[in-house]
Amino acid sequence: MAKTETFQIRTEEAPLLPAPVSTTGLIGWMRQNLFSSISNTVLTVIGVIIAYWIIAPFIQFAFIDAIWTGDDRKACLPPEGSEGEHMGACWAYVEAYFPQFIYGRYPTDEIWRVNIVYALFALLLVPLAMPSMPLKKLNSILFLGVFPIVAFVLLTGGNISISSYTWIFVALIAAVGVAIAAILMVAGGRDFNGVKPVLIGFVGTAVVLAIILGFVSANLGLSTVDTPVWGGLLVTLVIAVTGIVASLPLGIALALGRRSTMPIVRLVSVIFIEFWRGVPLITVLFMSSVMLPLFLPEGVTFDKLLRVLIGVTLFSAAYMAEVVRGGLQAIPKGQYEGAMALGLRFWPMMYLIILPQALKLVIPGIVNTFIGLFKDTTLVLIVGMFDLLGQIQSSFTDPTWSTPTQGHTGYLFAAIVFFVFCFGMSRYSIFMERRLHTGHKR
Amino acid sequence: MSVMEQDSARAPARASLFNDPKVRGIFFQVVLVVALGYVGYNIVDNTRINLEQQNIASGWGFLNNTAGFGIIQSLVSYSETSSYGQALYVGFLNTLLVAIVGIFVATIIGFVVGIARLSDNWVISRLAYCYVELIRNVPLLLQIFFWYFAVLRAVPGKREKWSFFFDSFHLNIAGFRGPKPIWEDGASFIGIALIIAIVACIVIAQWARKRQEATGQQFPVFWTAVGLIIGLPLITYFVTGMPMHLEHPVFVDTGPRIRQGFQLNVGFNLIPEFLALTAALSIYTASFIAEIVRAGIQAVSHGQTEAAHALGLRQSPTLRLVIIPQAMRVIIPPLTSQYLNLTKNSSLAVAIAFPDLVSVGGTVLNQTGQAIEIIGIWMAIYLTLSLVTSAFMNWYNQRMALVER
Repeated sequence: MAKTETFQIRTEEAPLLPAPVSTTGLIGWMRQNLFSSISNTVLTVIGVIIAYWIIAPFIQFAFIDAIWTGDDRKACLPPEGSEGEHMGACWAYVEAYFPQFIYGRYPTDEIWRVNIVYALFALLLVPLAMPSMPLKKLNSILFLGVFPIVAFVLLTGGNISISSYTWIFVALIAAVGVAIAAILMVAGGRDFNGVKPVLIGFVGTAVVLAIILGFVSANLGLSTVDTPVWGGLLVTLVIAVTGIVASLPLGIALALGRRSTMPIVRLVSVIFIEFWRGVPLITVLFMSSVMLPLFLPEGVTFDKLLRVLIGVTLFSAAYMAEVVRGGLQAIPKGQYEGAMALGLRFWPMMYLIILPQALKLVIPGIVNTFIGLFKDTTLVLIVGMFDLLGQIQSSFTDPTWSTPTQGHTGYLFAAIVFFVFCFGMSRYSIFMERRLHTGHKR
Repeated sequence: MSVMEQDSARAPARASLFNDPKVRGIFFQVVLVVALGYVGYNIVDNTRINLEQQNIASGWGFLNNTAGFGIIQSLVSYSETSSYGQALYVGFLNTLLVAIVGIFVATIIGFVVGIARLSDNWVISRLAYCYVELIRNVPLLLQIFFWYFAVLRAVPGKREKWSFFFDSFHLNIAGFRGPKPIWEDGASFIGIALIIAIVACIVIAQWARKRQEATGQQFPVFWTAVGLIIGLPLITYFVTGMPMHLEHPVFVDTGPRIRQGFQLNVGFNLIPEFLALTAALSIYTASFIAEIVRAGIQAVSHGQTEAAHALGLRQSPTLRLVIIPQAMRVIIPPLTSQYLNLTKNSSLAVAIAFPDLVSVGGTVLNQTGQAIEIIGIWMAIYLTLSLVTSAFMNWYNQRMALVER
């Protein structure tokens, strides 16, 4: 009996089978991340329940049950007879109040001025924040030096009356500069080139001050808008931006003072910093609105907004000083020694070598301080100013829009605005942190 | 001419006063002191003149005057006939209460969320991430308003209630009520027993540590401590004849409408202002603590976990014995500043009229006009609190710090 033998020789490779369904794609991902063990599954279920428990009512309130258009409270009230229905957000109310939330009670005819300030702010800030944009130096000068003055004139209307004492004071600065230069040349034995920085410093400051004063006091035909009618986001931004811009130089000075070798300077800086960091902002605001007028000579009165700004600036300068100090401490000692070996004095060393490096390092810290300050501006409503939250809070007294959900809607709107600003800034801070980190890898 | 210049440039450094760093330093410091003194003198002088014109007598005498206003929550006995000084003391105690309760709750939430953020479970870590980002990017004041005006106004009105836990705790618009323990004669023995138990625990813990160092034998310190701290007072309670009873809040829903609702001063009550403030403060601060905890745990290198696993430790002992002790070193310094922030932020109580130091002080300020004294008291107290807290946390930090050779 012949034995039949069959051979099977595969001449082609078997096709590759796809990975089991349970390990790839969505299912695989879910198995791995959500249901890998019993405890993990329990956690997933709990998490989903919590998420549903929070998100579902929120969507119901903010979108499904929400009223988007309407002229007054009738639109947002539950229809007659149906108890409790239509208890969604009343967006029509936010729409009606939107100009107030953004500009406060700023005169309607003059709102274009605020808009220009907003636009300038955005136009200057965006290229400054983007590392790839050129002309950083010019941009910073425009943003930190020119923009505040232009914004001030646009928002207040300029035409500030300036006493002759101020002009004399400016002239005095220039005179002091010339005098010091003369003394240095005669007694200190320096030539003209040696005293040039002193001359430029003093006389330049005087000239810049004179230009600013001239611009601020000029009558540009803008009608005056007093700060009590400012409000809403305008006040929030003015306080936050002024606070941070003004506190930066003060904070740098304090940080340098805290690391100074001169004992009295160090002591004064430490006391200043620890004092402001140790007290709550609300007491600082009370101090600036109640106590500051007592400190001033008779007849000198400050605008309420200005008083608050002074308080906020001193307060945030202390925090800024600590941020900057962190940057100064991160600079290796060799940089200081190198600069000194090159024969640089203290200020050129700081200005040319240390501060450019240190400030670059602390950009994320500065942004974080700014976020904190931005959120803390809401506190001014306690001393009777109308920032965004204050404006929303005060709109609750208006009977035209009084509905059961008015408060919820107003707070939700405020929360969204603050979240968008703060979250955006914190993302930017993280982006800068990553970017700066690469430069310091060894 | 150029020769002259070069000569002067090459001339050996003279002992010029202008270029001597020491002299310059002294000069600048003298200038600073004179300037500060001048500003300070002007401020004091102006203030004196202004106060004289407004007929405000400066000084601390007003603290003994009768306050004449009520305070809705006080930890010590206080009435409208008490003095301003006592009112401020009540406010100070309320600030402390909010700060301590807030720190306690915020730490728990913060650690839970921070660890959840590192969870392998995607849903849990995303939830924790959303919590952190949403809460810390919205101003605290807005959150206080939200809890006070939006959430706590949605609970039942004065004449209704929500009850939980076998009908012993109740919530309505007047606050959160529960049974209050009333101590009778002999209750002090329970307190003494508790103190003895705590002392015993400390002694046992030290003995156990020494024994473990000497012999390697472990002793169940934790369970012994739990047993002692709960058991000893409990035994004393029964031995002394149960000298305590619970006073339940009384809810009246019959009779004249005006009398309906919870009876005043019966049982234990937390006012809604306190609830809103503590909730907002702890939830807000917890979002920062969560980030600190996450960063702290991530700062411990993964090699530590692997080494612990290689030694045969399971997940929970790895966390407890290896990761957390090392992470704490990174966590404690920023945690301190968060505790300080919470304490300082408790001053926002004034926005919802919870009678804390700032709120009571504001009322006193409005009544007496003693702005400088009141603001001085505020700042002094908050500064002291800050310094004490940071001193304590520094001490703790030093104990926890890595002991290097």
